Amino acid sequence: MTNLGILFMCVSLTSVWGLAIWCYRKVLSAPPD
Amino acid sequence: MSEQPNEEWGTRLGVILAVAGSAVGLGNFLRFPGQAAANGGGAFMIPYFCALLVLGIPIGWAEWTMGRYGGRKGFHSAPAIMGAVGKGKLARYLGIIGVLIPLGVSFYYVFIEAWCLGYCWQFVEAMFGGTGLGIDPAASISDQTAASSGFFNEFTGQRANGVVFTEFGETALFWLAVIAINVFFVFRGLSKGIEKFCSLAMPAMAICAALVLVRVLTLPANPDAPEQSVANGLGFMWNPDFAALAKPDTWMAAAGQIFFSLSVGFGVIINYASYLKKKDDVVLSGLTASATNEVFEVGFGGMITLTSSFVFLGLSGTIAAVKAGTFGLGFTTLPVVFAHMPLGNLIGALWFFMLFLAAITSSLSMFQPTLAFVQEALGTDRTKSTALVTALGLGGSAWVVWFSQGSVALGTIDDWVGTFLIVVLATIQVIVFGWVFGIERGRKEAHEGSRLQIPGIVWFIIKYVAPTYLLVTLGRFVWQTLPGWIEGLGANPVARNTVFLIGGVIAILSTLVFFGERRWRSLGMDVDGEYPPYDEAPPVTPPPGQAAESQP
Repeated sequence: MTNLGILFMCVSLTSVWGLAIWCYRKVLSAPPD
Repeated sequence: MSEQPNEEWGTRLGVILAVAGSAVGLGNFLRFPGQAAANGGGAFMIPYFCALLVLGIPIGWAEWTMGRYGGRKGFHSAPAIMGAVGKGKLARYLGIIGVLIPLGVSFYYVFIEAWCLGYCWQFVEAMFGGTGLGIDPAASISDQTAASSGFFNEFTGQRANGVVFTEFGETALFWLAVIAINVFFVFRGLSKGIEKFCSLAMPAMAICAALVLVRVLTLPANPDAPEQSVANGLGFMWNPDFAALAKPDTWMAAAGQIFFSLSVGFGVIINYASYLKKKDDVVLSGLTASATNEVFEVGFGGMITLTSSFVFLGLSGTIAAVKAGTFGLGFTTLPVVFAHMPLGNLIGALWFFMLFLAAITSSLSMFQPTLAFVQEALGTDRTKSTALVTALGLGGSAWVVWFSQGSVALGTIDDWVGTFLIVVLATIQVIVFGWVFGIERGRKEAHEGSRLQIPGIVWFIIKYVAPTYLLVTLGRFVWQTLPGWIEGLGANPVARNTVFLIGGVIAILSTLVFFGERRWRSLGMDVDGEYPPYDEAPPVTPPPGQAAESQP
């Protein structure tokens, strides 16, 4: 695996996991309906 | 109005997991890695994320917004909602596609779901000394692949039409079991059935995926071929080939993957969102559901499938697996991989159980829009409506199972309904939302109760970029691909008759819209979207036959 491959993999994984964690934190921190 | 079904989601998280469950399917684990590897590896992620930001999330937001708006008018089916948002008969009848897609796709999806459950069962049996799929790890790779392929062909009835029923083996039993499970949860209702199931199934799916991922990433390098290591397997998937970015096909493939993966233009989001209340958020919920889908696709699908294949089958075997497509990779190649893997039977059982969960959370979302439409159009209760939808679903699915040879019926419905019509519906929806409903109104409606502001550029994208992209895609498709499909129908009677079956379903749905419209008008509902929703201030002049006290 090349360094660029590692870079693309890490950036992609960080992006999708980061977005999901950020969204769920925001959803769960909202006051109940 | 009191005769209209009145269901709602139990929790905010519940609706998000239900929509995410609908989106996460076999394509996340089996289609995405193949597409990425064939279109530039890591470089594929550049057009992929562009498509997610420019197409997937914005169109998803438009669907969530239209769905909730329709629900506020008392509608839950795509034809009724499209009629109200698109202000008229044309949009209402075009909205039939929003029921046809989930219903038509369910015809073959439950069959594939039965394969997943059946394969899971084979691996569980093998854990306790059963023969499993009959793959001998000591044989040559080509013999193992032949054994795996032979099992698949026999199990899915590729040998001849009708064998699944006439020989009434395990496949038929799994198919019936899967239909019974679907009917059970759909009949239990939105909150008690679908929401509760998805709230358990989604975390269970994540746990299964995480266990399989850990197993794959900790595999030792193949002792017979040290270059077949996990690192090189990840490299096969992720090493970027920037030359692919210069090809338009790469960008189209990325957009296509995002589009089908997120279930936009499928008729499900519009139905699910219609059970939200006026102040329920749609923006953050839509984004969260999309993000969940991406975690399963990129975070699990992109890491597991091809990596494990590479370690055991090497470069040439993995390239062949990618070329074999979704079914070949999932049901022929991966069982061979599991046969070589330490704890392979357990991992195989977990993997196919996870695929089964991914499939059932999707198939449940296919029955609900049809059920809502039947209930709404005929005014029948849930029991009668479920019976009718079950009869329709069972009949259509039995057709696909009977004509199993070469998966011709399955492939035909997947092409015409599960591929072509999805692009058509998304195009209609985005045009209706951006140009008939109006961007300014859409922006105001989306931000009702929103926990997140949609950036201004997104509205420009929804109005101009998304319709342009979809129209170009559709035009390209009609010009390049459709003639071949039509020609193929002439040569294959099963494919031709399957298209007639789809036509028959369209005729049934059109009749239901006709009677539904009469019923909605007789109830004084705002069929053509001329007045504000019921939960807003009543209009200065109430529409004929709609007294203010009739509003819920």
